[in-house]
Amino acid sequence: MKTTRGSDLVMRIYLVLFFLYLFVPLVIMSAATFNASRFPTVLPWQGATLKWFEALWADEQMWKALWSSVGVGIAVILVSVPIGVAAALLLDGVHKKARSLLYAVMVSPLLTPGVIIGISTLIFWERLGVPGGLHLAVVGQSSFIIAYVMLMVLARLQRFDRSLEEAALDLGATHVQAFRRVLLPHLTPAILSSAVLAFFQSFENYNTTLFTRGTDVTLTIFLASKVRTGLTPAVNALGLILISLTVAGAIVYEIMRRREAQRALAARKAAEREEIGQLAFGAG
Amino acid sequence: MGETVELDRLTMRFGDFTAVRNVDLTIQAGEFFSFLGPSGCGKTTILRCISGFIEPSEGRVLIGGRDMKGIGPNLRPTALIFQNLALFPLMSVADNIAFGLEVRGVGRAERRKRAEELLDLIALPDSADKRIAELSGGQKQRVAIARALAVEPKVMLLDEPLSALDLKLRQHMRAELRAIQRRTGVTFIYITHDQGEAFTMSDRVAVMSRGSIEQVGKPADIYDRPQSEFAATFVGENNRFEGALAALDGADGVVETNVGALRGRVVGDGLKPGDRAVLYVRPERLALANGGADAANRISARVTHADFEGAFANVFLRDAQGRALILQLANDGNLPALDTGAELRLGFASAQAIIVPPGERARE
Amino acid sequence: MSELLRRYGLPLTTAMTLATLVWVVMMVVLPYFVMVEYSFHRNLTVTEIGGPRDVYTLENYASLFRGTDLTAWEFSDDFRVFLRTIWGSALVTFVCLVVCYPVAYYLALGTSKERAAFMLVLLVIPFWINEILRTFAWFILLAYNGPLNAVLQGMGIIDAPVRWLSGSGGVIIGMTYAFLLFMMFPLYNAIETLDRNQVEAARDLGASTWRVHWRVVVPHAKPGVAVGCIMVFVLAASSYIVPYLLGSPGTRWFTQTIYEWFFEASDWPRGAAYAFILLGLCVAFIMVMMRVFKVGLTDIAK
Repeated sequence: MKTTRGSDLVMRIYLVLFFLYLFVPLVIMSAATFNASRFPTVLPWQGATLKWFEALWADEQMWKALWSSVGVGIAVILVSVPIGVAAALLLDGVHKKARSLLYAVMVSPLLTPGVIIGISTLIFWERLGVPGGLHLAVVGQSSFIIAYVMLMVLARLQRFDRSLEEAALDLGATHVQAFRRVLLPHLTPAILSSAVLAFFQSFENYNTTLFTRGTDVTLTIFLASKVRTGLTPAVNALGLILISLTVAGAIVYEIMRRREAQRALAARKAAEREEIGQLAFGAG
Repeated sequence: MGETVELDRLTMRFGDFTAVRNVDLTIQAGEFFSFLGPSGCGKTTILRCISGFIEPSEGRVLIGGRDMKGIGPNLRPTALIFQNLALFPLMSVADNIAFGLEVRGVGRAERRKRAEELLDLIALPDSADKRIAELSGGQKQRVAIARALAVEPKVMLLDEPLSALDLKLRQHMRAELRAIQRRTGVTFIYITHDQGEAFTMSDRVAVMSRGSIEQVGKPADIYDRPQSEFAATFVGENNRFEGALAALDGADGVVETNVGALRGRVVGDGLKPGDRAVLYVRPERLALANGGADAANRISARVTHADFEGAFANVFLRDAQGRALILQLANDGNLPALDTGAELRLGFASAQAIIVPPGERARE
Repeated sequence: MSELLRRYGLPLTTAMTLATLVWVVMMVVLPYFVMVEYSFHRNLTVTEIGGPRDVYTLENYASLFRGTDLTAWEFSDDFRVFLRTIWGSALVTFVCLVVCYPVAYYLALGTSKERAAFMLVLLVIPFWINEILRTFAWFILLAYNGPLNAVLQGMGIIDAPVRWLSGSGGVIIGMTYAFLLFMMFPLYNAIETLDRNQVEAARDLGASTWRVHWRVVVPHAKPGVAVGCIMVFVLAASSYIVPYLLGSPGTRWFTQTIYEWFFEASDWPRGAAYAFILLGLCVAFIMVMMRVFKVGLTDIAK
């Protein structure tokens, strides 16, 4: 008993240290935003200020980069989601032997370093006469983001009851009608969440964008160059905003997940009650 | 009204495996027809050939005299009720029922009207806007039937749709299905491994084993005159006596078994004296032998145990050779003592026993 | 293919096949091939194209090793960077594994489900924060006049501030922080599937804590270890931002060398060759891990 308590204590201390290690850097970076010092630091503290938010707000380059990132993100969604869905459907329907080969090719971009995806995209399109730029960043990012979409849709697809599709055909639907009215609604949750993921992945991509961007600047490129040159706490302000959005997103996601789990539980209980009532009714 | 369904030398192979072998059959328009057989006997494959989800390897499917080759499931005049019902979980009850009309371009108001009519027909008014998940098992069942009826099929195909229900509901739904079939006149083709379902609903039944049809006939024919060992053992309980066919006497034959010569009607084709043959007699056709029955068909056996059911008793016995026998005695108020170990003299009329060539038996 | 036609009909099947082909061929397979093909070219001026020097060559690959003399323990600049990248990435992978294992074990088996769920949310938050920002945080922390030096000095652990950012230390620390959670989640997922009773049973039989871990938990967590190591190693070896922000000229990473060949020396064929070498390194590491831990591609793609 005593040894258990001892190791328990060690574990607790370790966990506290671990979470401190995880969060202290982020807190310090955020705190530096409010320091009036010309450099991003917390020491020495020269008084609280919000001027770095103003500086960020007034930075036209930042806005330009932000809109580039948003534009690229949306374009990536438009490219990745339809192709990812198509690839998942195709993979689900091909013969076993072809499937494992195709699967390996399709997930390989997820294991390929982002810089190499960027380089191969750049060389390939340059040889076809297409120079680097935001459009090439879209192509490069999509080549691996499609794989994420494909995996998410595939997971959902494997929980699809194929007899629903057959039922639709049997009732006279064309293949397109069956797809649109039965399969697509089933895939919708996966499609929506993969679109969100695609945007996020695109928005924070650096490695692939670095090689494909030409002379264009996305927010991550802007951020990195600002850290390296022309560093002011305005960069921290940007970081703080991004972190806040992330945290808010994570909290909203968690609340939604719990609510959904509760709803599913309630629905199942209601169905069970109904069933019992029906049986009692049928017997009586 | 329904249409005829003809299966013309239908064969279906999946790789090396032959799921359906050379099936020749005509199902009449407006008939309630069942395929009865154990799982894996090929009955579902036949259904999928008729509905058009698979093309037969050989042979043809004709509906209303028209060859269905190359016609997809969405263009055939059939409606299939799936084993799991396959109701669309994301649509309301009304949208499910009217789905077939929706894809045919019927307007919203008209669809709603049809859905409500059908909900009345299946005794589920006021359920139009419910979600599928809110329905009980029996209600889902009825919605699936309504959805299939909505497209006014000529042939309704049912793939063990009652198997998920509990016993009471199942018996109730049998009557309801039969009533709907009578009212609509649609040809019903029903698939089941449950002889009770097949017998209570069907005009005719096909008994299937290993991809082939063993026997087609009215339920009473199947029960009273099974044409093969498989049909005799798959449908109902039976007592089995194997031996050599000693003599043929018109329709009757005598099998020389290790408990003596037993006489019955020969139903299997091609049996000659000297061949191995099997005689079957049903438990309720066995009787206590106090005169009456053929003098030849006498067996004595000892009771191992007896189940008294009220209207009748099931008696389990062993004969002198250790063969297990079942006897069903109607309770006429004079049941003999059925203590374990008691010796009973049994007999049966030769018209009540059948003789078939040895073949495959149904697994217990 | 017939299965697809039967399920989706001709128009849909055609559309999905074309879409998939655009991706697999135009965005994955061909770019790889073209990159590899390109790496065997010389970096030619426009006038030289089609001339006698326009032939396939291994020069770009050989140049990595040029000037390397193993007997004299001398390495070319690029090769030294390459070796540093391998060694550094391996170190980061190992540190991540050691740091994460206790936490992953605690979350999976050592605490209640509710508490674990809460802590997982805490873990997810930094996981979603951009790699650049996570690195930038350490840039501030490790600065010469930064908080870390101040705290250590205040506690009397060091006498004078340490120049964290001038050696490889900063890069290793930053990478460990940036990629830690890519080790955490695979480990957690693998350990979580272990039946608690197995651990209890081993304890019951008198096994020490070390033994329980070494003989029961670790073998069960093998796929998670493999996946985590693969993720962290590939991310570290191909990281550009962490050495870019936390490194100094003396601690360049191989990705930076590649970038320089591309955009500063404008020698794309050599850059392509180096990129292919980096890819080869990652593939080799993945293969080794898959072989050693006997896991398949499907496990990794989760």
